[in-house]
Amino acid sequence: MNLLFDLLPVQATEYAKQVDALYLFILAISAFFTLLFVGLLVGFTLKYRRRTQDERPEPPHEHYTLELVGGAVLLALLMGMFFWGAKLYFKAQRPPADAMEVLVSGKQWMWKLQHPSGKKEINTLHIPLGKAVKLSMTSEDVIHSFFIPAFRVKNDVLPGRYTQVWFKPEQEGTFHLFCAEYCGTEHSRMIGYVRVLSQEAYDRWTMNLGDADETPVQAGGRLFAELGCIACHRPDAGALGPDLTGVFGHEVALSDGTTLIADDNYLRESILNPQAKLVAGYAPIMPTFQGSVNEEQLAQLITYIKSLSN
Amino acid sequence: MSSAPDTSATAMPKNYLNEKITVSSWLLTLDHKRIAILYLVSLLAFFLIGGLAALVFRVELMTPEADVLRSETYNKFFTTHGIVMIFFFLIPSIPAVLGNFLVPVMIGARDFAFPKINLASWYVFMFGGVLALIATIAGGVETGWTFYTPYSTMYANSNVILAVCGAFIAGFSSIMTGLNFIVTIHKMRAPGLTWFRLPLFIWAMYATALVILLGTPVVAITLVMIFVERAFGFGIFDPALGGDPILFQHLFWFYSHPAVYIMILPAMGVVSELISCFSKRRLYGYRVIVFSSLAIAVIGFFVWGHHMFVSSQSTFAGLTFSFLTFFVAVPTALKMLNWIMTLHKGSVSLASPMLYAFGFLGLFVIGGLTGLFLSTLATDIHLHDTYFVVAHFHYVMVGGGVMGFLGGLHFWWPKITGRMYPEGLAIFAAIVIFIGFNLTFFPQFQLGVHGMPRRYHVYPEEFQVLHIASSTGAMVLGFGYLIMGAYLIWSLKFGKIAGKNPWNARGLEWETDSPPPTHNFHETPVVRHPVYAYEYASETSNEPDVQSEKGHV
Repeated sequence: MNLLFDLLPVQATEYAKQVDALYLFILAISAFFTLLFVGLLVGFTLKYRRRTQDERPEPPHEHYTLELVGGAVLLALLMGMFFWGAKLYFKAQRPPADAMEVLVSGKQWMWKLQHPSGKKEINTLHIPLGKAVKLSMTSEDVIHSFFIPAFRVKNDVLPGRYTQVWFKPEQEGTFHLFCAEYCGTEHSRMIGYVRVLSQEAYDRWTMNLGDADETPVQAGGRLFAELGCIACHRPDAGALGPDLTGVFGHEVALSDGTTLIADDNYLRESILNPQAKLVAGYAPIMPTFQGSVNEEQLAQLITYIKSLSN
Repeated sequence: MSSAPDTSATAMPKNYLNEKITVSSWLLTLDHKRIAILYLVSLLAFFLIGGLAALVFRVELMTPEADVLRSETYNKFFTTHGIVMIFFFLIPSIPAVLGNFLVPVMIGARDFAFPKINLASWYVFMFGGVLALIATIAGGVETGWTFYTPYSTMYANSNVILAVCGAFIAGFSSIMTGLNFIVTIHKMRAPGLTWFRLPLFIWAMYATALVILLGTPVVAITLVMIFVERAFGFGIFDPALGGDPILFQHLFWFYSHPAVYIMILPAMGVVSELISCFSKRRLYGYRVIVFSSLAIAVIGFFVWGHHMFVSSQSTFAGLTFSFLTFFVAVPTALKMLNWIMTLHKGSVSLASPMLYAFGFLGLFVIGGLTGLFLSTLATDIHLHDTYFVVAHFHYVMVGGGVMGFLGGLHFWWPKITGRMYPEGLAIFAAIVIFIGFNLTFFPQFQLGVHGMPRRYHVYPEEFQVLHIASSTGAMVLGFGYLIMGAYLIWSLKFGKIAGKNPWNARGLEWETDSPPPTHNFHETPVVRHPVYAYEYASETSNEPDVQSEKGHV
């Protein structure tokens, strides 16, 4: 990559190419208007430069045709940008259903990552070529931001909730991973790499489990039993809590008469603050698990509950 | 600032500067012109501090590794630069200096409606400024000027509380100034000076004052919330205490986005005056410019969420804020159109203030258009929190705001001090500043597009070449400011006597002496013509325009 001559950074996803097309469109419009404006500025200044001190130019006539036409043309161009940008934004907001989920936890000043196989790593994310990957991210302290320039994706990583980015790499190689939200002393060292491997190489890498001996789903299932969740959240009729099979991603009726779609953040809230949005028909008896589970365990529990909906 | 006592034949007649010269006559003055000078001197001191902080970290950034500063110190330097430049230079710059000096004179009044509040505003401002400076000297602050939570409230190990108090207190000074502007413009205009005869600088001050009055209380309460959470552990923003960090961003940007217009609208007002004077005619589309200022002030309150496209606000919120943001571009572009059309068939002179106006136009067109990349959702996601954003807002805030301030300072310098500065040096400095600015900030667009995040102390090697260019530019820029400071100070004593109207400009301020007498006018002016009446000798006279031979540049 040569920053002096390359207009754009490496495009390692199809989405990056689409964002760049929009970028070039706005760049062309900007360049056109800059040149037009500076051209008129220089042209008028030369043509109408003051030649004698007693020149007395006519005051301009007030008419608004130029203003209206100019404003309308501009607005049309701007709306074009808006809709184009919004369309891509929707795409960035919606990971495909079959995306592989990697858990990400940011903390001052490192990225902790865990793969579906249970494999963990820090600051380097290995992913397979050509496969959609969804990151489910949270922070253990302050706000961070997960930024991969080559994929044109970025999202803040917040304490106390989950955010997502997703991408589908189409080029093998090593790309920068940056923390983009200022997070304290070593902010500029909270960086790493994304390594895109062939599917085969990824499988080989991820099977080499190292210290991890269970997948997040397995760990979540174990916690689900150990913490006693299973005592109430059972499929049979006498259960004290709602059965969690098929809950994730579906509508839930709440005791206050409203409904919502159960997502990561709802599951998280229901574990840490169970009474906040109580499911209709159940008594408010569940204790909070705030303090009994750490971020990693919480993410594993949620991954397990999500697996009950597959 | 002395009264430049001069025993030669050119000694100034009695005016606001030489009427009394004791220290207490300055510190207890109720004269808006002297208060403007107090602000000018203090703001230039803050500008110097903020600028030096920037030079230090630009030197650090010439290499990818840490060599001059430790990371903690680097973070304190960029925070100091941001806090000082935004809260203690840019926000007050044009309103508190040029606005304070000119609003009463331009509308033919003796002073503001509330002179004591005006003086109080300076003391309040200095109190806040001193607190912020103590915070940066005694230990420093390393939160960034944006004070994002929960970092600022729970994790930062520095003088956050003191800095927040400084910014909080300085806000009240803005409110006092804004209040004075609104009341004075409503109630104290000279006979014949109807709303649509007001100079565009006055309209810009009016629109700015509205934004100040509506926005500043919100940032004040937000800063109080930081204080309460940090000092007493009340859970407002930190999720560990049951708070919401995104709430902070909403509250912060609800003020801090309109604050961008507090910084740029006044500069637009100055540029309107400059372009009119140095094209020698009324502005094209005067009313369009008036209403575009008001439109920017209003729409500016509905776009704050465009700072939060990657913050995890909802998709719907992202769409809404992106959509609304594009509407700010329209009135802004119409201003550009009207300025350029004023040159068309005008009588264009390239005196030094006009060079700054042209500098403003050239830089602001880039600053404005690069805003489009950031209001468009998909491109913003990539560019957000990179150097692209840094470059964009410096093109707007420095290329726009500071260029406007300097253009205005040069234009009204003879009115304020009674003396001219050396025009040749001024032109040279304007060119050096323009080149230095572009060399500093244009490479930063490219850095940002390639993914260089902002607020990075160390960085990957491939970014180094552009960082060196940027740092070199910062030194050129600093050199330009230095030349300017030197000849302006020189001119206080040795500059040529300016006379009433050295630029042959229109406007009531040019009909009184330079420097004006303490009560501005010897008799109340009566306005007889529409604004920028270049076809008449002045706004108050029915004589046709006769070219005076005196000192036209």
